[in-house]
Amino acid sequence: MDKVVAFPLMGNYYVPSSFLFSKISNCKILKPPAITSKTIELGSKNSPDFVCTPFKYTLGTFIECLDEEANILVQMGGGCRYGYYYELQQKILSDLGYKFDYYNLVSKGHTDIKKIYRILKEINPKLSKIKTIYYFGITVKMVKYMDKIEDYIRENAAYEINKGEFKKVYDEMLKKFSKVKTYIGLNIVYRKYKKLIKNININKPENNIKIGVIGELYTLMEPYANNYIENMLEDFGVEVKRFTNVTYLLFEKGRKTKKYLKKLNNIKYKMGADAMDNIYYTKYLIDNKYDGIIHIKSSFCTPEIGSMGIINKMCEESNMPVLFLSMDANTSNVGFETRLEAFYDMIEMRKRNE
Amino acid sequence: MNKCYLGVDIGSISTKGVIIDSYYNILSSNYIWTLGNPIEAVKKLMKTLTIPEGYILSGIGTTGSARKLIGLMLGANVVKNEIICHAYGTLNYYPDCRTILEIGGQDSKIIMLNNGIITDYAMNTLCAAGTGSFLSSQSKRIGVDINDFGKLAISSKNPVKIAARCTVFAESDLIHKAQLGYKKEDIVAGLCKSVVLNYLNNVGKGKKLREPIVFQGGVSKNVGVVKYFNEVLNTKVIVDNNSHLMGAIGAAILSSKEGSNKEFNLNIDNIKFETKGYECKGCSNNCEIVRILKDDKLIDSFGNRCEKGSGIKI
Repeated sequence: MDKVVAFPLMGNYYVPSSFLFSKISNCKILKPPAITSKTIELGSKNSPDFVCTPFKYTLGTFIECLDEEANILVQMGGGCRYGYYYELQQKILSDLGYKFDYYNLVSKGHTDIKKIYRILKEINPKLSKIKTIYYFGITVKMVKYMDKIEDYIRENAAYEINKGEFKKVYDEMLKKFSKVKTYIGLNIVYRKYKKLIKNININKPENNIKIGVIGELYTLMEPYANNYIENMLEDFGVEVKRFTNVTYLLFEKGRKTKKYLKKLNNIKYKMGADAMDNIYYTKYLIDNKYDGIIHIKSSFCTPEIGSMGIINKMCEESNMPVLFLSMDANTSNVGFETRLEAFYDMIEMRKRNE
Repeated sequence: MNKCYLGVDIGSISTKGVIIDSYYNILSSNYIWTLGNPIEAVKKLMKTLTIPEGYILSGIGTTGSARKLIGLMLGANVVKNEIICHAYGTLNYYPDCRTILEIGGQDSKIIMLNNGIITDYAMNTLCAAGTGSFLSSQSKRIGVDINDFGKLAISSKNPVKIAARCTVFAESDLIHKAQLGYKKEDIVAGLCKSVVLNYLNNVGKGKKLREPIVFQGGVSKNVGVVKYFNEVLNTKVIVDNNSHLMGAIGAAILSSKEGSNKEFNLNIDNIKFETKGYECKGCSNNCEIVRILKDDKLIDSFGNRCEKGSGIKI
């Protein structure tokens, strides 16, 4: 039987993950079908009711993949309930009668390359160390390049003169990224597209509205889970700042949290997952005179519930508009739009009267 | 010719319309039930509103949960969400207002203001507890006309305690209390109080309610709820005579601010409007695409999540 690997979807990150697996494993890669309402239905049906929403999304994707032909699943784990996804999903899926191997690459939010290597070796016993390090290096670099470009796009996409140009060029870049063979090849593609993207004509007003989006990582990074909030903000003409991305979570978090903790004098502990990070981001956004903060989380996300009270107080003290959104698997689109629209109108009204 | 502006607020329960002049004085207004059919309700509303001699209609603003549909239908120049409209409407009468409490049929909201600028707002999230539809369904259950509800409530000297957290609990609690033989007015008063407590716990959670406080929306016409707001907040909340029309007034004001040189008219009676749902089969999302037809011609469609569903032809 052929080995077929599948992994959950999150934003555009299937590009680097499928790149890595296609290079270092002897398996076929199954690109998961895009998340649709059917995915969530499947996920919600087979999940505990009060589990956080990313669990439902990823479980739904896994079921869809297993139904196709996947037999190896790869999941990550974080420093909250995310850390238990692996065990629970394995149990649920095998109870459903699926036969598969299930690997957890990252546990407790620590990226341990030795452990990842051990797991990859299990999937592909012929794997060589040098090859792993080489392709792992390329993947890391690819993620970093993607995040850099995405940051730039978020800052400027609202002001592009020809609508949709950023997305078009960026999608092209992702396609080229997936075909990259060497480290140098990756750099060449990156430099070419960086130039193309920087050359896109924009018309950015001087006193534009800037909003920072913070919150729980999966809901922030998977556009389907957050109702395409970034696109909606861009349509309003807002510059969006997002801190959370894979570069940060996998490669920088360990180092930066210590730094953040030192700068926050009201927080002494890490508070689990990204709660403390989000409090630091709030401070950053307030200090850097952003116009508003949107905090997004999936329902029942415990660490973020802990941070919300503190964020609310900080914003109240510094007179910063803040909107808390809690996304469930079946959130109505209309109520969401009304709240977001009102938030934008409020900021715009404040800004005009300054 | 003087200019005048129309504001329409189409809620789930009631439809409100006002016509104001350019100094924001009300020339004509009406309040009717939506009865689950916003198109018919607006047609009926348009027949009852009159533009006085010597005025021309130079703007239409729509708000409320059917704002998009009715905005298209009337050709409105402003389609705005309820929060902004309520704030503008209220600020016109109470420029120094700091807090707006609004309880409507289906949702409730709180708006904080400072120097005429919205600083914060919140809407009810998951549940319809403490909204007008809850009150009206319970009034039917105990056989009290919704219009007498408030009067009956303030006549009570000993309101019963009703669980305020959730409609389901409130309802079973209510049945329980009724079966124990409590007086009707005590139960009604208890319900009004539970609406107030539920609102303050859910919508007003963690917010500082600064005075002056203005209370509006359909439920503000219920004197029982007003009484318990005064009691619980230990202050006097302001209820304007036009408190039920504030959203519509705000929409009209916004439409006058937007400014338009077009002339609008109220005569839509002979035009046929129709909404047709369509399930896009482009992918497994099965987006429900809403198409608005005016005299069998497609004027707009929305509800699509991607480009596939955008250009749907009939």
